[in-house]
Parts: sequence; structure tokens; C-alpha cells
Amino acid sequence: MRSLQMTGTGGGFVPPSTADFNLPPIFGHNVYTTKPIFLVILSVVLVSVFFIAASRKAAIVPNKLQFAGESIYAFVRNDLARDVIGHEFMRFVPYLFTLFTFILTNNLFGIVPLLQFPAMSHVSFPYVLAIFTFVIFHAVAIRKKGLMPYLKEIMFMPGVPKPVYILLTPIELATFFVVRPLTLSLRLFANMFAGHLLLLVFILGGDHLLKGVIGLKLISPFAFAFGIGLTFFEFMVQCLQAYIFTLLTALYIAGALADEH
Amino acid sequence: MSLRIAAAEAAANPLIPHTAELVVGAIAFGLLFMVLRSKVVPMFEKAFTARTEAIQGGIEKAERAQREAAEALSQYTSQLTEARGEAQKICEEARTQGAAIIEDLRAKAQEEAGRITAAAHASIEAERQQAITSLRNEVGTLATELASKIVGEALDDQVRQSRIVDRFLEDLEKSK
Repeated sequence: MRSLQMTGTGGGFVPPSTADFNLPPIFGHNVYTTKPIFLVILSVVLVSVFFIAASRKAAIVPNKLQFAGESIYAFVRNDLARDVIGHEFMRFVPYLFTLFTFILTNNLFGIVPLLQFPAMSHVSFPYVLAIFTFVIFHAVAIRKKGLMPYLKEIMFMPGVPKPVYILLTPIELATFFVVRPLTLSLRLFANMFAGHLLLLVFILGGDHLLKGVIGLKLISPFAFAFGIGLTFFEFMVQCLQAYIFTLLTALYIAGALADEH
Repeated sequence: MSLRIAAAEAAANPLIPHTAELVVGAIAFGLLFMVLRSKVVPMFEKAFTARTEAIQGGIEKAERAQREAAEALSQYTSQLTEARGEAQKICEEARTQGAAIIEDLRAKAQEEAGRITAAAHASIEAERQQAITSLRNEVGTLATELASKIVGEALDDQVRQSRIVDRFLEDLEKSK
């Protein structure tokens, strides 16, 4: 698509835009055959196969594969679920574990050669995950406290002078029902989107400079070097965003379980 | 040109979700969740539990062994003390017994010595008595014989008398 645009505009550099994320279906006009969809399905297969293989033996003395799988699992279980949620954490470990591995794998697709597209830069996927988290933490709170006490707790935070509720109640309602799911999904989406765009700028730019006059050709390696440097940076961001999404979900669940917030 | 780009951007508004992606995303995530919850999490938990138990079991075993060793040590120490006391007692007893035996032996030896001395005295006395008796008999006999001889001869002559005595002694010698 990009090459088409390039030839279409007669060699002039078209900066990468949001249109670059709008990938056409691979098979005809079937919208279920786009690259992000295949990547998401691939991520499910990869994560399932890896962790089933790693956990199959459940040996006391783990081999390398089991150790690798266990390290990731133990990180989510202990550092995210247990430390944040507390004694009821075990119920939420499967969800948080799925969340972390799913987001991480799809993020990392952004820098895996040949795949090179972070599925989470398509906002639909972060939306889905945020909706799951939204439903779960509200359901947990309602089951724990009952619907009306929960709403009352959100709308009328205890220990606040009455006139302040005019300001506080709308803010709290917005926080719990709009801001939380929205920021959760948009943070992940925007990071992946911007990161991919940044890589496109430097790598396509370097490619374009290479086709230019001799002076520009000399600048081109710097653009590529920057692109490579940014790839490492992206790796960090991809891991961090998977961690943040999972951590915030754990925090929201912890808040839903806590007596006072 | 600018129109076309604007149109493309509108079509690709990155904040508008695609239905297909929402559906696939939800199904894919749900599927992964079920796989991880049913297959992976229980196995990892099983491994963690087994490991915890193994470590705890090891610690308990080590503690038990240590406790047993300490018990054995104290037992041996007490046994050793006991044995040492016993040895001392035996030593003491032996010494006492030795002294008693020596005392006993000495007493016995003294008694024996006394007995032997007494026996020797008695024997000497008896022999002396016997000698006295036999001597008395002999002297009596001799005296009687001598007297009869002297009486049988004339006793006035000194020479004769001495001759009789000499003959008597000669006879005596001869008869011997």
C-alpha cells in the first residue's frame, strides 16, 4: 500500500499517517482476514502452546522451558496479583495472567521481524480488554458490597463536607464509569500506535533518503540507526504497557474489594 | 490531493473500532483465558505447591535429624558420665578389696607362722621329752648293769675297779 502511494505521488515523500494502520483484508473483501486479526489469533496460539508446554510437567525441579514460563506466571501472580489485591488474589490470577501475556505478545509483534505490527495499535482490541476489566471490577464490587452501597460509596465519598459533593460526585462517577476504561484502552492503544508510527517515520524516511541525492544518502544511515535505537525503546514501551494495563486492572479490582476507597 | 488524504484519514480514524476486530478480539481473549485457566494456571500452582512442600519437608527432615542427633549426643554424654562414675566406683572397690585381701593374707600368714612356730615348739618339746625318757631308761639300764658288774666283782681294789669300768665300757662298745 505504501509503495503504491509512493509511486502514485511520483517519488515525493508522503509521511506515514493514520492511513498506514488501515490495512486491507488479505483475502478479498472479508474484513475478518486483516493482518491484526491474524496476529491476534497467532498470539493466542503462541501463548497457549508456549504455556501448555511449559506447565505440562509441573516438575519440582523445572527445566529451562518450565522455568521461563513459571517466571512470567510468578511475576503476574506474585508481583501483580498478590501484592496488589491481597489475600483474595488467586481468583483473579487467571484473568490477569491472560491479560498480561495477551497484551505483551501482541505488543511485541510490533518489533518481531516479518510480523512488525502491534495489534494493540488497533483500538478495537484495547477497547475489548478495557470492557472486560470494566465489567469485572464493577461486578466484583457489586457482589462484595451490593449495588446500592457500592454506588453510594462512589457518589458520596465518606468524610467530605456536603457542598463538595456538587463537584466530587460527577468527578467520581466519571472516573469510575468513563475515565477508567477509556484511559486504560487509549493509553495502550496510543502508545502502540505512536510507537509504530515513529518506527515508520524513521525507517521509511531512511529508505526515502537513500533514493535521494548524495547528500541525503549520507544522512540515511542515521535515520536507520535511529530506527533501530527506537526499536529497542519500543521493546521497553511494549513491555511497560502490558505491565501497566495489568497493574491498573489489579488496582481497580483491589479497590473494588476494599472496604473504603 | 489534499481532499484524498483528508478522506483517507476520515476513513481511518484510529479511535473508531472495527466490528470484526471487536468480535475476534473478544473471542480470542476469551479462548486464551479458558486455555490458561484450565490448563496452565492449575499446573503451575501444582508445581509451586509441590515445591513448597518439598522444601518444607526437607527443612522438617533436617530439623528432625538435628533433634535426634542432639538427643543422641546428650544420651551418650550422660552414658559416658555414668560409665566414668562406675569406673571410679569399681576402682575404689578394687582398692578396698585389695587392701582387705592383703590384710587378710597378712593375718593368715601371721597365724600360719604362729602355728608353725607352735608346732615346732611342740615337736622340739616332744623330742626333748622323748630324749629325756630314753636317756633316763638308758642311764638306768647302764647304771643297773654297771652296778651289777661292780657288785659282782670285788670293789676294794682301785685298779680292779677301773679295769671293771674299762671292760664295761669295752663291752658296751663291743655290744654296740
